[in-house]
Order: sequence, then C-alpha cells, then structure tokens
Amino acid sequence: MRINISKSKIRDTFVVKVEEISGQNLLACYQCGKCSAGCPAVSEMDILPNQIIRFAQLGLKDELLQSKSIWICASCFTCNARCPKGINIAEIIEAVRQILLRKREDHLKIEKLSDSEKEDVPPIAMVSSMRKFTS
Amino acid sequence: MKISYYPGCTLKNDAKNFEDSTLCSLESLGIEVEELPRWNCCGTVFSLSTDDLIHHVAPIRNLIRVKESNSDRMMTLCAMCYNTLKRANERVKSDPESLDKINDFMYREEVEYEGDVKIFHLLELLRDEVKFENIADKVKRPLKNLKIASYYGCLLVRPKEIGFDDVENPTVLENLMTVLGATPVDFPYKTECCASYQTVDKPEIVADRTYHILTSAQELGAEVVAVSCPLCAFNLDHRQKETVQKYPEFKNIPILYFTQILAVALGCPEKSLRLDLHYVNPKPILKEKGFI
Repeated sequence: MRINISKSKIRDTFVVKVEEISGQNLLACYQCGKCSAGCPAVSEMDILPNQIIRFAQLGLKDELLQSKSIWICASCFTCNARCPKGINIAEIIEAVRQILLRKREDHLKIEKLSDSEKEDVPPIAMVSSMRKFTS
Repeated sequence: MKISYYPGCTLKNDAKNFEDSTLCSLESLGIEVEELPRWNCCGTVFSLSTDDLIHHVAPIRNLIRVKESNSDRMMTLCAMCYNTLKRANERVKSDPESLDKINDFMYREEVEYEGDVKIFHLLELLRDEVKFENIADKVKRPLKNLKIASYYGCLLVRPKEIGFDDVENPTVLENLMTVLGATPVDFPYKTECCASYQTVDKPEIVADRTYHILTSAQELGAEVVAVSCPLCAFNLDHRQKETVQKYPEFKNIPILYFTQILAVALGCPEKSLRLDLHYVNPKPILKEKGFI
C-alpha cells in the first residue's frame, strides 16, 4: 500500500477530533505492537490496532474511515488491558467510528436484515449492535 | 439491607434460564433481593466517547430508581449490564460536572443522583458477602465428576477499574465450581472475546470464535462450559449451529449459566433451569451424571 504523508494531513482537524473524542494522547504510542499481538480480531482486520494509532497520528483519515477494522473491533478491551503506555486503543477506534456515525453514516443497515436475522438474536445483541453501528 | 436486583432486557426472555436459576439459588441461600421497580434499558454498551453524556442517562436513571426504592445497593447478573451500569456510575462519581449535566437532563425526576449507589455482580456478592465456604455447606447435589470450563468473556473483568477479578486470568468462577464439587478445567480462551454483537450482521465471525473457544475447552477435557453473559451464551450456544456448518468436525458442547450449575448443586427443581431455552441440550450430560 502506498501512503502519502503530509503536514496538512498531520495538522488536519481529524487528528484533533480523534484525540478529543477518545480522550487519548495519540503520540504516547511507541508502536510496540502488543495491542495487535493480543487482539482476537486481527484475522478479520485490514489495518491492525497499532497501525490504526499510527495512521491516526499521521492524519490518514481516508484510510481509517474506509477501513474494515473499525467495524470489526468489538471493544473487548484486551488491547487496553495490555498497553504498556496506558493508551485506550478501543476508545481511539470508537472515535474513528463516531466520526462517521456523527455524519449519519451508519454501518448496520437494519432495513437490510431479514426478519429471521432480527428474530433469531436476543435483544441484547440487537441493542448493542445498534448502539455501536448506527447513529 | 435489601438488595435491588436489576435484570435487564434479555433476562426476561432469551435468558430466562439465567434469571430463574438465579432466583431459585438465592432463595436456597437465604438471600433476599427485590426487582428494581420501573427499571429501564442500561444501554448495553458503555459509551466510550468523552463527550457523549446522553448515553449515560439510561444507566444513571436506573440508579435513581434504586434510591427511590430506599436502597443503595444494586445487583446485576448480565455482564453487559454490569459493565455499563458500573462504568457509568464510576464516570459520574469521578466527574461531578457530568453528573450535574445528567441530573439537569433528568429534571423531571424527583430524586437527584449523587453517585451513592453501589453496583455488584452476583458473583461478587456470592464471593465477598455470602462467602463460598457457606455455599459449600448448602450444596445438596455435589457435582462430582463434572468437568466445567469457565468462560468469562470481556465485560465482566475489563476494564480493571470495574472488574472484580484479574483482567486476564480471573478465577472466581473456577473457585465457585470447585465449591460445588465440580472439576474446573482451566483453558486459555477464558477471557477471549466471543465477537459479541457482531452476531447480528457477521455471524460467520462468531462461528470462528465459537469454534476456537469451545474446541480449546473440549481438548482440555471440558464437558460443559459455564458463562455469565447472555450474549456470550447466545454466541457460544446457538451459534454452534453455524459453527458445525463451517467446521464439520466440530462437536457440540452444552453451555450453561453459572447460576444453572449453582441451582443444580443447591437442589433447585429442574423447571428453574429452563433447559428448553438451550440450542445444545444440557440434559443428557446432567442425566448421565445423575444430577437431574
């Protein structure tokens, strides 16, 4: 993958928003990779958790907003528990999701689910999925 | 003092087996709980955004109901409810400004919330107040020769601030199973995420996780798996259907709430176990061992 880095991207409001919504200091990350090593969802991800932080530091907004990974993370907090710098990675991924959801760009299309898909799952699954994947 | 009991949505339908087996067990142990009047949805997930106060209103409103019923302690069973309610409570306790805003939003409530309700998970109550050794005295049917792997999932133990055991190597369930006479089976996937709500639109991911989690437990000798979350229970039990489709060599294994196992040991009637709600029928193994 070819990635262009620029001052304007690094200084973009996107980086500020991710830091504000997540309450995390992105530059605290020194890329040890422990978050990605322990993440149970990496096999489904296109950008790994440590890369998500690096991309966010560099303001690679389009790459992050289009990534599959942000919708694969289920906030199990294994990364947060293991980060040696105390960074809450799950909160950073939530912030990226929020940037899309706050523009009404829902990930879950409820109208596309069949009746049986909706009826077969317990209420706890429907409610949490809607809380995480819709605006 | 009386303890308020917060059931949450799923305990009243898909996870009725969790609720009924708990209520029967608590009665056998002589613990009185009272269902919280007018409880509402907890929100199921704690809002991780710093600026999103509106999603803390639902959990905090439940804590107002606790105060209204002259109690200051609330017990939950569902790991997701526990996590959401406890984290929202911790958030407002450590941040008076957000507590004020949330109270302002609920200006029609007669009671203002002051951060003074204590939230427990049933396991905490059993371990710290009832005490496991006292439970041991009340066991009527020791679960001899039953090998149980305990699965915690994520939200019961993480983050550390709200968990009541080690974040990655908890043992409270194994200790309870030992007291009940069962043989605990330690396995490396006990806090590995089951993929949670991905079950709605990406059930294939859940099938993968279920395969890895349950195969590991089986390889180490487990005959049943104990859980404490209705979403984990659904994913590990009902999604075994999709797991077999994807991995034909996979062998079904019954999933039980820890409270169903407790209820069996305490001699509760079979109807309180609601075994009809399971996808993989736990009856054969319980019968084979002579527990029902």
